[in-house]
Amino acid sequence: MNQLRMRSDEALLDFLQQAAFNYFLDIFHPVTGLVADNSRQNSPASIAVVGFALSSYPVAVERGWMSRADAVQRSVRILRFFRDSDQSGSSTATGFKGFYYHFLDVKTGARVWKSELSMIDTALLIAGALTASMYFSGDSPDEIELRDLADFLYQRIDWHWAQDNGATIRQGWKPECGFLNYGWEGYSEAILLYVLAMGSPTHPITGKCFKAWTATYQWENLYDYDFLYAGPLFIHQFSHAWIDFRGIRDSFMRDKHSDYFENSRRATYVQREYAQRNPHEFTGYGENCWGLSACDGPTVKKQKISSIERQFFGYAARGVPYGPDDGSLCAPAVLGSLPFAPKIVLGAIRHIMQHYPQTLTQGRFASSFNPTLIDNNSQPWVSSGHYGLDQGIILMMIENHRSGLIWRLMRDCPYIKTGLHKAGFSGGWLQAAFPHGAH
Amino acid sequence: MNDPNIPYVTTTPQDVYEIKRISNVYPEDWLNPEPAECYQLVIVGAGPAGLAAAEMAVSLGAKVALIERWSIGGNCLNSGCIPSKTIIRTSRLYADMRDANRYGGQAPADIQVDFAAAMQRVRRIRAHLSGSDSAHRLAAIGVDVFFGDVHFTGADSLAVKGKTLRFKKALIATGAHPNVPVIPGLEQAGYLTNENVFDLTTLPARLLVIGGGPLGCELAQAFCRLGSKTTIVQNLPLFLGGEERDAAQILSAAFARDGIQVRLNTTVVAVRVENAEKQVDLISDDYKNTIAVDAILTGIGHLPNVSGLNLEAAGVSYDAVNGIHVDDFLCTSNPRIYAAGDVCLKHKYTQTAKVAARIVVLNALFNKREGFSSLIIPWCTFTDPEIAHVGLYVREANRLNIPIKTFTIPMHEIDRAVTDSQDAGFVKIHIKEHTDQILGATLVARDAGSMINEITLAMMAGIGLRELADVIHAYPTQAEAIRQAAEAYRRTRLTPRIRSRLRRWLHRNTV
Repeated sequence: MNQLRMRSDEALLDFLQQAAFNYFLDIFHPVTGLVADNSRQNSPASIAVVGFALSSYPVAVERGWMSRADAVQRSVRILRFFRDSDQSGSSTATGFKGFYYHFLDVKTGARVWKSELSMIDTALLIAGALTASMYFSGDSPDEIELRDLADFLYQRIDWHWAQDNGATIRQGWKPECGFLNYGWEGYSEAILLYVLAMGSPTHPITGKCFKAWTATYQWENLYDYDFLYAGPLFIHQFSHAWIDFRGIRDSFMRDKHSDYFENSRRATYVQREYAQRNPHEFTGYGENCWGLSACDGPTVKKQKISSIERQFFGYAARGVPYGPDDGSLCAPAVLGSLPFAPKIVLGAIRHIMQHYPQTLTQGRFASSFNPTLIDNNSQPWVSSGHYGLDQGIILMMIENHRSGLIWRLMRDCPYIKTGLHKAGFSGGWLQAAFPHGAH
Repeated sequence: MNDPNIPYVTTTPQDVYEIKRISNVYPEDWLNPEPAECYQLVIVGAGPAGLAAAEMAVSLGAKVALIERWSIGGNCLNSGCIPSKTIIRTSRLYADMRDANRYGGQAPADIQVDFAAAMQRVRRIRAHLSGSDSAHRLAAIGVDVFFGDVHFTGADSLAVKGKTLRFKKALIATGAHPNVPVIPGLEQAGYLTNENVFDLTTLPARLLVIGGGPLGCELAQAFCRLGSKTTIVQNLPLFLGGEERDAAQILSAAFARDGIQVRLNTTVVAVRVENAEKQVDLISDDYKNTIAVDAILTGIGHLPNVSGLNLEAAGVSYDAVNGIHVDDFLCTSNPRIYAAGDVCLKHKYTQTAKVAARIVVLNALFNKREGFSSLIIPWCTFTDPEIAHVGLYVREANRLNIPIKTFTIPMHEIDRAVTDSQDAGFVKIHIKEHTDQILGATLVARDAGSMINEITLAMMAGIGLRELADVIHAYPTQAEAIRQAAEAYRRTRLTPRIRSRLRRWLHRNTV
């Protein structure tokens, strides 16, 4: 670990990025191509993690960690699986209306855990498929097939249906009860979902739908930072893994003289500010130790620690400033902010590696660690194994920071461009795509 | 309504306090006065709106009749704000006792809740407060007080117990009653509403609260803290439908800490009585389960009291859901007749009813044109922490295309909240962007209800957020959060350009 810390920033990032990529190599089903949600035994596949896997192969090819042929083969296998999957919407199918259930059996692709047909996770999956299709632009039959498959899967998705005649996209659907009774309110990671849903040539939603969603945005001044508020860090990251939001603005951000990239930078600083203030007096929090996000956490019963009664929340979407906060911090979410705020992110990552080396195994960060909850040997609680979403966001955000590869690929994706345009985005790199600015 | 064979069917215990309350609000030996030839104002309903209007009109010299069907004081005194706040205080006491360690204290080893004593205190305080609006006192200040059912007999007349009262102007302020959801088996199983829950003398061991509105949330928390194993069911993703998401989420977390079983996005589909307990079937999306409880408290919102008044005879337009239709001046479709309070207003709060009554007196008797929509009305849900709001919500401003910015101070930033170990919550003040005009605010704090008044005053007086920064607040108080929000605003005005100008000025003038 000491050796690691001695490395240059570039070498350190390279090491962490490759280790993150290895998750997608290691935890991969050879027949379906599906990737498990996490490295624990019997974990099902998460379609979002598959989206990250599809996005990781171009990076691996570029960095020489994988042959192009292998990457294409793996990608095509996954896409074929989804093309041929059961789309009946039955309780054991894989999907419906072009969407997919959140969790699938790794071996068969059948729905597990009675999970919901997930609009956002389908969006993450299809963003991965489109990333692959943008990168593998060769003329070989495999690469041509890959692009056709990605196009087919994207165009099959009935985004309009997911509105359920409402103003915004519903969060989920189950065969047992229809659409779930949750709406999207407030800023969230769903911006990618809306952009993909508006860019569709086959079943698009309207621009009004995006406007209806942004009507619940809150522009807040917190700890002296003005930003579009959302508590958990991942919300400020997931859409940015694929879309380069630097310099492009929708009407909301135009009004605020900001953009979503700058917003994520401020959200990152707000996270650090919260940890420095450490209102609930958790161990370890500070300038270089922060990161409240959706992550694993202790499931132990509430207990008194240093005369304060502490309650723990297990896997939860932690956020600032209102919590939930049980002292668990998510290093992958810190790295996910690398492009926005490299200096403070690297400072925090080095600090965490130095003081909590237990959080890094096989070069990969655990989902979370909790220095407040220590064992008999004074070791902090650490989430066991690794989560695919964490490794995915680490890999992609390091790449975007290092080379901008994913952003560059997706800037040329016609569906993304159309979706952004229909959502009212303009300026920056989008200006070249739509020079007249006409919607 | 309730089956007498089912436990937790209630009648008010006839103790000394109840006898006192009855003698104040509904004296049995009351003789209605002989009606005057014509009243300048006849008021139907003696709840907060009716009482406020009667007292104001009489003080201004009008000849006033006030007619009440049941109890003077309405829901607020008898089955709403007063008894609920009284029981909430007791429940806070028990919560603090259990939570003593958090304050560096010693939690009593064996906390026994004396529910009967808590409820007796409710009846005592309710009876005590009923004295200020008693029938006798109203009569003494010159109000002709009538008890009995009212029905209109024409555009300018109505009848009470066979007597006709003629009026120049009338105010209908009959209030509202709990809206009991239609659930198979609920009627047979029996249920409580705010109208009879305060008559309980025995604590239900297991309580189901249906509905996550203000009263449901307040009472769920109060009964949980008094020892009921409480489940609250709400058919929406969050509590307090209209409130800000963060406020509702903080409340959910507080409920979970208290030990309330929180069931959001959940519908009650059926109730049955088996082995003397109520079996309640719940469904949340695809998850179905059944819970057993001893009592069910419901009443999702309130419906206006419009039936039996023969409003058609008076030419007053109404419907069963929205109540009496009024214009912004609170005038009905009959220009002689006005309405105020829960019978006609969307926001069913005591303070709203009272201010509406004031508008009616001015408009009806003095030909003023006071509008209701221009009022700035705060409200508060008295959970722990309390949730208070005034003015616009962000989503409303967005809908109206008003550029809005929020200054947020988490309560953990406030010294007094920290010293009191009450740091859950926030102050959010919304301003019109590029100005310091306050558009609204949401406060979540242990005493948010008291703190919101400062924002209301500022909005009413046209005081901007910049000026609030100059208002010296006693230190340390939780209301300091409001000043800190104003300070945060002021810091945003210090742009880099202004900063560099200041630096130059200081350099020139202080060297």
